[in-house]
Amino acid sequence: MSYAAGQYDVLVIGAGHAGCEAALAAARMGCETLLLTINLDMVAFMPCNPSIGGPAKGHVVREIDALGGEMGRNIDKTYIQMRMLNTGKGPAVHALRAQADKFEYQHMMKKTIEETPRLTLRQGMAEELIVEDGVCVGVITKTGAKYRAKSVVVTTGTYLRGKVIMGELIYESGPNNQQPSLRLSQSLKENGFELVRFKTGTPPRVHKDSIDFSKMEIQPGDDKPKFFSFETEYANNEQLPCWLTYTSEDTHRIINDNLHRAPMFSGVIEGTGPRYCPSIEDKIVRFADKPKHQIFLEPEGKNTSEYYVQGLSTSMPEDVQLGILRSIPGLEKVEMMRTGYAIEYDAVVPTQLWPSLETKVLPGLFTAGQINGTSGYEEAAGQGVIAGINAARKVQGKDPVIVERSQGYIGVLIDDLVTKGTNEPYRLLTSRAEYRLLLRHDNADLRLTPTGYEIGLISEERYAKFLEKKSLVEGELARLRTVKIRPEEAEAMLREFNSTPLQNTIDALTLLRRPEISYAQVEPFAPAPNELSEDMKEQVEIQVKYAGYIEKQQLQVERLGKMEKKKIPDDINYSLVHGLASEAKQKLGTIRPLNIGQASRIAGVTPADISILLVHLDHYSRTRAARSS
Amino acid sequence: MLMQETIAAIATALGEGGIAIIRVSGPQAVPSISGILKSRQKLTEAASHTVTYGHIVDVDSGEAIEEVLVTVMKGPRSFTAEDVVEIGVHGGLIAARKVLELVLRQPDLRVAEPGEFTKRAFLNGRIDLAQAEAVIDLIRSKSDRSHTVALKQAEGTLSKRIQALRHSLIELLAHIEVNIDYPEHDVEEMTSSYIKDSCGSALEAIRKLLQTAAEGKILREGITTAIVGRPNVGKSSLLNALVQESKAIVTDIPGTTRDVIEEYVTLSGIPLRLLDTAGIRETTDVVEKIGVERSYSAVEEAELLLLVLNRNEPLHGDERELLGKLANRQVILIINKTDLPERLDVEEVRTALPNSRIVPMSVLQEQGLEDLEQAIRELFFEGQLEGADLTYVSNARHISLLHRAADALNDAVSATADGIPIDMVQLDVRAAWELLGEIVGDTAGESLIDQIFSQFCLGK
Repeated sequence: MSYAAGQYDVLVIGAGHAGCEAALAAARMGCETLLLTINLDMVAFMPCNPSIGGPAKGHVVREIDALGGEMGRNIDKTYIQMRMLNTGKGPAVHALRAQADKFEYQHMMKKTIEETPRLTLRQGMAEELIVEDGVCVGVITKTGAKYRAKSVVVTTGTYLRGKVIMGELIYESGPNNQQPSLRLSQSLKENGFELVRFKTGTPPRVHKDSIDFSKMEIQPGDDKPKFFSFETEYANNEQLPCWLTYTSEDTHRIINDNLHRAPMFSGVIEGTGPRYCPSIEDKIVRFADKPKHQIFLEPEGKNTSEYYVQGLSTSMPEDVQLGILRSIPGLEKVEMMRTGYAIEYDAVVPTQLWPSLETKVLPGLFTAGQINGTSGYEEAAGQGVIAGINAARKVQGKDPVIVERSQGYIGVLIDDLVTKGTNEPYRLLTSRAEYRLLLRHDNADLRLTPTGYEIGLISEERYAKFLEKKSLVEGELARLRTVKIRPEEAEAMLREFNSTPLQNTIDALTLLRRPEISYAQVEPFAPAPNELSEDMKEQVEIQVKYAGYIEKQQLQVERLGKMEKKKIPDDINYSLVHGLASEAKQKLGTIRPLNIGQASRIAGVTPADISILLVHLDHYSRTRAARSS
Repeated sequence: MLMQETIAAIATALGEGGIAIIRVSGPQAVPSISGILKSRQKLTEAASHTVTYGHIVDVDSGEAIEEVLVTVMKGPRSFTAEDVVEIGVHGGLIAARKVLELVLRQPDLRVAEPGEFTKRAFLNGRIDLAQAEAVIDLIRSKSDRSHTVALKQAEGTLSKRIQALRHSLIELLAHIEVNIDYPEHDVEEMTSSYIKDSCGSALEAIRKLLQTAAEGKILREGITTAIVGRPNVGKSSLLNALVQESKAIVTDIPGTTRDVIEEYVTLSGIPLRLLDTAGIRETTDVVEKIGVERSYSAVEEAELLLLVLNRNEPLHGDERELLGKLANRQVILIINKTDLPERLDVEEVRTALPNSRIVPMSVLQEQGLEDLEQAIRELFFEGQLEGADLTYVSNARHISLLHRAADALNDAVSATADGIPIDMVQLDVRAAWELLGEIVGDTAGESLIDQIFSQFCLGK
């Protein structure tokens, strides 16, 4: 039946956005790595919108890049539009968003994987975990191949017992009519995992030649595109626009007339869907007073006529979908190429994981991406790179890498998942980060490149460049403080920018603090001796202008950081801690937080419980110290 | 060191006795108090373990509020092993409270959590290892009790007003967040005038709350004491005697007190929040029925019950029922109308509530009031009644949190005027929302996310 198919350091199941990052990270860190996927043509596939980035998500892509991951480089090579969002707001929430050529994106990622040393890419469906002495040591595939590995990373996306729903039609399937993975769920359950059922969906795709763009508003990319990766210095891809239109009264009438055929309301859907990405029928029911909803048409690539209809995610029957599409201005004669659908799948309750993404239930097994209850390519990739790093470090006998909440959105994401769990597919939002001002996309490299370098995922060459940028920025900040500007010097410029005239001579740094004055205005009075790139100038300006706010958050980080550093011994038995409320005992016992900071974020653990825990830990360590001396 | 925040609280038990001590512990203790103390020698220059005489001043008005003796004890030679300042206040309860409020207005200073001084003393190695369990018990019991008090307050008027205030702020926050996280959605762009208006009306609401607090109308404290009994046994007369002013209507017609009347009195230094209730009896009158129901809920709420019985009448069925309900409660039995012949079977009453004190009185002839005061005082000093100090501390905390929320909103308004981007203004609005949340005991982060998705239609 089965045969021994090979021994690896790290085995990754699933080659979506999480799996690709995990496999690449592990192989680049020196581990013999196998990447298994049900269909080799689906590597890094984008089953939903052909875009990457945006608020919080774009930040994650830059963090992945700083840790030595691939997503940033890959989208920089394959974008068909780049747009910086939120430019009218503070620098912390500026967000880069790219439209991808989804086919090129896949091919480029597959090529990178194929060319990476120590990484083997193979088609195969994992069906059963091999567990020895309570440790996961490999998997058996549908074809009977037995792969053994020291660490196993499972990234199954929406494939686990996937079920596609379109109106009355329901069938077992992965995304985009792929084969679902029907057996692995059972193996996870048998090994003690608690699973939940989640739901997501995608809109129909339409043919470009059947769209009347004259009735829509054009949304072009930026003239001077910025990039995700620190390594991308220049790329000048041809950019394609997106198009904006709206639903009509007819659209709403068609949906209301057919609600009885909507699986959302007829009760066939058992999975929990995300509130932030509701289907069009859901939006029309919940926000009945809204007269129209925005629809974006996004090109899926340069060599395809398919357009993605953003805003129209639906699980209505096919005939209703066509009616809905044709009720939208500009889509009156549209040809539907793929029907939209809802998909249900199994996910692991993420509180069963350590912050390293190794499971508590089964040592040696890591999970990342949608299987952990998230949604989004970027969220998946962010977890993938961490799972890959920690799977490799486990093989190498090193401590796991954990990104703190104050260090990155990846840290916020993973901490939220493993500490609080989630009742719906989890999407990152900038509002989930308490230190939003510190977690800017412009400083993702400053925050995480040192970590990436330390674990061996950032090259010497790149690290040297990074250090140079860092020192130039710091040098410029120090220099600006020493450059004096006299009132008469700056008079004309200040008048031009409606800024109050100077009373006394001040330094350039102080002048730059004024909201209406930018680096470009200060520069003529204080010419820099070094040639600074635009990025560096931006960095200087941000650090000066928002210094007050940034320092306030930094202070908070330091204050709470003490709680993060206070470790909880892993052999603690909460049921024996005198005085803890029973709810706290139960929650702490399940989550098993690594430190006091994490403990204090668990729902149901009160400040009094934390005080008691502190007293207990102090008692514990003092008693131990007394015993050993 | 884990603890770097500076904390303050009243360290002495409430009650009679003129002196109250306000204890402040942490790195900012000396400079903070020095900032509000007018004295010959600056407190920052005072040697450790010395006493400085001076006046606590209200920095805003420059007015001297209280004459105080301030002791400085530098760490580690102090109770908590941190820098400790103790302010001795002689003016009794009201003065202590006023001083604590001023102390808590200092930046970087917050009110101590239940048992926190002791916790710090332990964690800093000042308390013997063997006492760990006792320290834990103290934290547990103090925080459980303050939790009970907080729950009680959550139903009150203050809480409702704060919740409404928070709701308006969370709507504003959700709107800001949607602008940030969904920049391309057709959601109205947040403007500076919108932020200014929202913050402005929230500030106005806080100002009103603080004003009422200063006048003592809402944030008043005391042992909740309900006066109960059948109609016309003399409940309102007793209340009047206690407050010495006529607020409840006193007539000879049974059932004239149809609502619960609240009064605040201090008996021998013990603060009481007195509730006069409608007479409890079976009734068909709709208005009176409502009054009776309110009386029952006042009975539920009260920590101390003054059950008034008429000596001149035999025990009524309603009264027997009431006695049954009051077992295991703190009750003082008042046998009123000692000027009239005894028709009441006092023995039966005594058997029904064997643990309760009995005070014979004639409210009309002003007899027995002193005995009642004595009975209340005994209960208080035996430790049977103690909810009051918790309410008391939490009120000082409320005032300081309200001030801080107002400061944060003012920051938001001025930042908006300076053209600071909305995602930074959001920090101040969010701080205000969280500070108000601490008053009503709710700081969950998830509800902002909930609000975003219920207020706006978003999605792909």
